[in-house]
Amino acid sequence: MESLTNRSKVTGNKKMSFLEWIYLPAVVKGLYITIKHLFRKKATISYPEEKREFSPVYRGLHVLKRDDAGRERCTACGLCAVACPAEAITMVAAERKPGEEHLYREEKYAKVYEINMLRCIFCGDCEEACPEEAIFLTNRLVPSEYQRNDLIYCKDILLEPLDDAKRIDVSQRQTPAVKEFKKNKLLFHNK
Amino acid sequence: MKLTIDNIQIDVEPGTTILQAARKIGGKIVPPAMCWYSSLEGSGGKCRTCLVKVIKGSEKDPRPMAKLVPSCSTMVQDGMEVLNITSPEVMQARKAVVEFLLINHPLDCPICDQAGECDLQNLSYAHGLAETRYEEDRRTFEMIDIGDKIKLHMTRCILCYRCVYVADQLTPGRVHGVLNRSDASEIGTYISNVIDNEFSGNMIDVCPVGALTDKTFRFKSRVWFTNPFDAHRHCEKCKGEAVVWMAGKEILRVTGRKNAYGEVENFICNECRFEKKSVTDWVIEKPRKIQHSSVISQNHYENLAGNG
Repeated sequence: MESLTNRSKVTGNKKMSFLEWIYLPAVVKGLYITIKHLFRKKATISYPEEKREFSPVYRGLHVLKRDDAGRERCTACGLCAVACPAEAITMVAAERKPGEEHLYREEKYAKVYEINMLRCIFCGDCEEACPEEAIFLTNRLVPSEYQRNDLIYCKDILLEPLDDAKRIDVSQRQTPAVKEFKKNKLLFHNK
Repeated sequence: MKLTIDNIQIDVEPGTTILQAARKIGGKIVPPAMCWYSSLEGSGGKCRTCLVKVIKGSEKDPRPMAKLVPSCSTMVQDGMEVLNITSPEVMQARKAVVEFLLINHPLDCPICDQAGECDLQNLSYAHGLAETRYEEDRRTFEMIDIGDKIKLHMTRCILCYRCVYVADQLTPGRVHGVLNRSDASEIGTYISNVIDNEFSGNMIDVCPVGALTDKTFRFKSRVWFTNPFDAHRHCEKCKGEAVVWMAGKEILRVTGRKNAYGEVENFICNECRFEKKSVTDWVIEKPRKIQHSSVISQNHYENLAGNG
């Protein structure tokens, strides 16, 4: 029968040559590949002693930012929660009382703010939805836990520390357009 | 009388306004209205968002009108030809009006309880600029207490006068009004009167922005986290037909039933609005239909286009 493509190869039990017959060159060749891999750069690192370098826009653990004066930026507007495809975010709002102006930026703040890290898919939609520049994802990792409850993160973990040394820098996540906008100090948003 | 709006012809009664005629046609050609309210006599003519272009005055006098006219207070004449969304001039003017309305608006939508059902928010989303060109300080006012049920945020007010008309036409004695002039004009009670009329709560419903909000709902939730249901109850003072906004089994807020143009069909009394917050007080009829373009239908995939 005539073949359709002429690409089929005729194989046969060809007689092996002497070198092939003793198998030694093939064994040496195989060993060479094995030994070569011993000296290659390792694909793994010994975490947590060693840490891999992350991209500045890596989407890891969230942070609730404070402004320069240390006031919480979040106003519990609920846009992150409505943008969240995994419905991981819940919050309870409260009204700022007189005398708390140094704690909260605006008259409304999040009394309770929870992210369920088991639900979170780290898509960054909350960061994008936030009108107050309050929530950012960072290049920190969420550690594993033994209890499910321990993975519901509240404000004590999410909120940026007041201490200047422990502040979390998110400037690398901001686009040039945002940085340009932030230069305008006349706007309330940037004060 | 024959009238043509954006090349759509319609027959209307004498004495109707262009806006009313446009609402009869319906659809996208209806000019937006921030101050005009169909059930409030004398309202309209203040916000200028409903400006339209008249290219033919009437059959007898076919000259075009010299300036853009407010459609809410311009009467229809026979043979009139009006352009709304088909005229670039009107769209440009509307954009400018929105910019003017936003000059003094604080844009504190993240903390405003009206966000999500705010007429100004929708209007600026449809017609406004994404950024502001205004660099001066916005006007600010001292917070005044106008009662234990209604919260006044004067900074958000666009001076549409709707609440004044409501107090005039629904209640026997109005105790609040617009004080001062021009830039300094503000809603106030002057002599610290507390607004406590039985129908005063309707000021919240007619307010197109978040200047007047419900104190019993203040910061409780966001509009899009609550589910609206049509409900009714037996009430001596009003018709008792309202919308209850629920989160779980809790009624967080009660408002009047609004039509497609955001106007309340039947005004409700303060007892229904502020005091009846238990599920047992109301007979719940059905879930309220929400336009799929509304933020309230976010994450509700049953409301996607086509289903409602």
